Amino acid sequence: MRIGVVVFPGSNCDHDAWYAFSHNLGQQAEYIWHDSASLGNVDAVVLPGGFAYGDYLRCGAIAKFSPVMAAVRKFADQGGPVLGICNGFQILVESGLLPGALLRNRDLKFVCRDVTLRVETTVSFFTSAAARGQRLRMPVAHGEGCYFADERTLDMLDAEDRVALRYVDNPNGSLRDIAGILSERRNVMGMMPHPERASDSLLGSADGRVILESLVQSLVTAAA
Amino acid sequence: MSALTPSELDKVRSILGREPTETEEGIFTVMWSEHCSYKSSRLHLRKLPTKGPRVLVGPGENAGIVDISGDYAIAFKIESHNHPSFIEPFQGAATGVGGILRDIFTMGARPIAVLDALRFGRLDDPQCGDRNRRILEGVVSGISHYGNCFGVPTVGGECVFERCYNGNPLVNVFALGVFRKDEIFYGKASGIGNPVIYVGAKTGRDGIHGASMASAEFTEESKQKRPNVQVGDPFLEKLLLEACLEAMRTGAIVGIQDMGAAGLTCSTCEMGSRAGTGVEIDLSLVPQRETGMTPYEIMLSESQERMLLVAEDGREEEVFAVFRKWGLDAVTIGRVTGDGKLRVKNRGVVVAEIPNRELADEAPVYDRPHNSPPYRPAPKETPEIPPSRNLNADLLTLVGSGDLCSKRWIWRQYDYTVRTNTVAGPGGDAAIVRIKETGTSVAMSLDGNSRYCALDPREGARLLVAECCRNLSAVGALPVAATNNLNFGNPERPEIMAQLVETIEGLAEACRFFETPITGGNVSLYNETLGEAIWPTPVIGIVGLMKTAPPVTIPFKEEGRTVMLVGGLGAADAVRFGGTQYAKVVLNRMWGLPPDLDMDYEKRVHTGLREIVNEGLAESSHDLGDGGLAVALAECSAGGIGADIEIETELRPDVALFHEGPSRAIVSTTQPEIVERVAGRHGIRCDRIGVTMKARLLIGSHSDVWVDSPVDRLREIWENAFEGLLAPDHV
Repeated sequence: MRIGVVVFPGSNCDHDAWYAFSHNLGQQAEYIWHDSASLGNVDAVVLPGGFAYGDYLRCGAIAKFSPVMAAVRKFADQGGPVLGICNGFQILVESGLLPGALLRNRDLKFVCRDVTLRVETTVSFFTSAAARGQRLRMPVAHGEGCYFADERTLDMLDAEDRVALRYVDNPNGSLRDIAGILSERRNVMGMMPHPERASDSLLGSADGRVILESLVQSLVTAAA
Repeated sequence: MSALTPSELDKVRSILGREPTETEEGIFTVMWSEHCSYKSSRLHLRKLPTKGPRVLVGPGENAGIVDISGDYAIAFKIESHNHPSFIEPFQGAATGVGGILRDIFTMGARPIAVLDALRFGRLDDPQCGDRNRRILEGVVSGISHYGNCFGVPTVGGECVFERCYNGNPLVNVFALGVFRKDEIFYGKASGIGNPVIYVGAKTGRDGIHGASMASAEFTEESKQKRPNVQVGDPFLEKLLLEACLEAMRTGAIVGIQDMGAAGLTCSTCEMGSRAGTGVEIDLSLVPQRETGMTPYEIMLSESQERMLLVAEDGREEEVFAVFRKWGLDAVTIGRVTGDGKLRVKNRGVVVAEIPNRELADEAPVYDRPHNSPPYRPAPKETPEIPPSRNLNADLLTLVGSGDLCSKRWIWRQYDYTVRTNTVAGPGGDAAIVRIKETGTSVAMSLDGNSRYCALDPREGARLLVAECCRNLSAVGALPVAATNNLNFGNPERPEIMAQLVETIEGLAEACRFFETPITGGNVSLYNETLGEAIWPTPVIGIVGLMKTAPPVTIPFKEEGRTVMLVGGLGAADAVRFGGTQYAKVVLNRMWGLPPDLDMDYEKRVHTGLREIVNEGLAESSHDLGDGGLAVALAECSAGGIGADIEIETELRPDVALFHEGPSRAIVSTTQPEIVERVAGRHGIRCDRIGVTMKARLLIGSHSDVWVDSPVDRLREIWENAFEGLLAPDHV
């Protein structure tokens, strides 16, 4: 499958995502530069972690105006799978492709550590290969990862089974321990933890592979 | 600013054959500052070994380069940002990270790891505790801000507290990058007629005379030096990294150098000097973010995130296209000439004209007097030390002390997993980062031991190299090369200069013996405030090579394993107990001499330990350092599995548990006989001292119980002590 990894100025996990898909999962991964108006012929898009445009003003606030985001929005509207990791999640939220906001961590400090996640739903491109309730261990590394939304939105996300991943040990004060959510059509997912950094057991955990493999398998199934 | 001395000014006059202009005098002042010219240390730095079979580039370039076999090499270096970090901790530390990263990628290497050695005054200091905490928090968030945004993992380091750093915190940053051996770039302005191109951030008035500030002591007036500190933008640096590496791939770049200390001045004259050429620039072409800057200000600005490069004549557009893509300024500001001179014009009018070589390489070299004994802050005589009444409580006190407790609070603020190479991150004996391209890994350890060096700088320096190599051996890596940062007081005082000379000679001897040549580094002098100097603080970073494999880490893994003390219990006496953490924390005293080192035995311990680890015989491995055997055992137990330890010794219990004799490590194993055989082959002791067990650490000798503690309690204290020290209500 062809996985497109968007590169914004300031993205710094673009190579990690590219490497995880191409080397650890054996897929065809390619970079998409931020001023491209088209995504080319990709089957899925990844918005990687980093500090797009320096995260000036607010994380993801400038990235949403980049030409590539118009193409990403169109792709998502047509049902194409979009995975936003860390800064990618922040950009999806700023762009309105996902609801809510990501605020500064509860203790106002950047946090890098391994966390344990619980898979809350398997009805998505990104969790279909996992089991409901499955625990996944992978790193977080962010300063603004505290998920926030109003009560109605949170209730809606729960009611519509759109919380894909929850923290077992909430590192940042996210409401209802939310680590990852899905769009209404369930083809866009944003998550703060880094599955691409946990896709090789040499580095401590390969639990993140199930997220990346879910995506690849879903694409294979859809293509068949 | 520290101006030129009368004799230096005379030398300037004789080089120029006339009176210098204001701009020229400013240029000489920064280039001949201690920070840029190493005028007090150069004579002695020559004693350091700098060559080895793997060393491709030694001192003198932006970073040292070491062959890691195959087509790849690594570039690494350490640099200090001590003075700026005291004046403005956040920006001072942030730009310290930025500066060393540029040193790495200016050579064409992509930075893949950062480590930091930090020194602060004690957090519980009755007078300065508040300020020390504020400086620490600022420094940590500055490092976190810059490194995380840039996208380089901060994988390790160390942090120590002593009163002598109250007015002079130390921030030493080590960075390492990787590249292909045939893609190395040098800071050379070759090819007469080639364009000199300025790229990156615009020039402002920030940081003017930063280099000279870093070459003077602090006084009350230093608080007014804030404008001397630069402001960093890690986002811009990330763009600069990507743009430079991409521009290098065009093949149009001849030479490149970052603008660090002394900014445009240093980069132009050094590039010219290395190539034996001249450089002519016009300052009116330099991108500026402030109006009305004088030539003096433009030449001496230390604005961050700027590079100077020389391209092939006629291929400028290829370079410009890359920088345009990344949204960065790139503009031709001059040409390489054949006359060997740095000629600076402003709107066509010459404002400075200085021979490059004399400016860059003919700085005065001082043989500063060092004929008095090194200054010692403590007596040699051993005081009467009553035996401990509660060794268990002593151990808990030690694991909860500032130097020995877990630094998790610090390293959790650093992104240590970005780039997906971190095999072993912070908190281990050495950090390990894999090189994806080669299938091998690089291990790195950063160490300092100013307590030992204060007691005996030469012995301290030897112990430092030994410890650092032992750290690497504990994870199975072969030490291959080193970089050093020498932090000292005012070299114009003979008792301080003596510390520096003794330290360098000790380092030289040990680096030669352990086959870790010094490929570059930094000297930071004048670390004094109101007449009080820091203790001699050499910091060394050593790099080791190993196969890429799951790491052997510190914690005991399973119950029922044999615990072995590789190297044996070691010898210690009361004199050599005075520099230990036990003396510092429990007795609140300092005396005597550092531990005794037998370098030959130490080296055999390293070789044996590496073999034990690399043959898969050790389930856990940890070298002994500060706090001695008992603290090391507590650290091994922090994962939840403790041990039942029995010690055979004639030593006093407190000395046996807490002496800091070198040449030792703890491993746990299921194959003790084979471990013993390996040790025997290398002629080193290896004692079976106990068996791992669930939930409890028990240490005794014959029928005496010395330590008996639930592992959870030890871990709780060890992990949370640091936050306790930082809490505002801490008294």
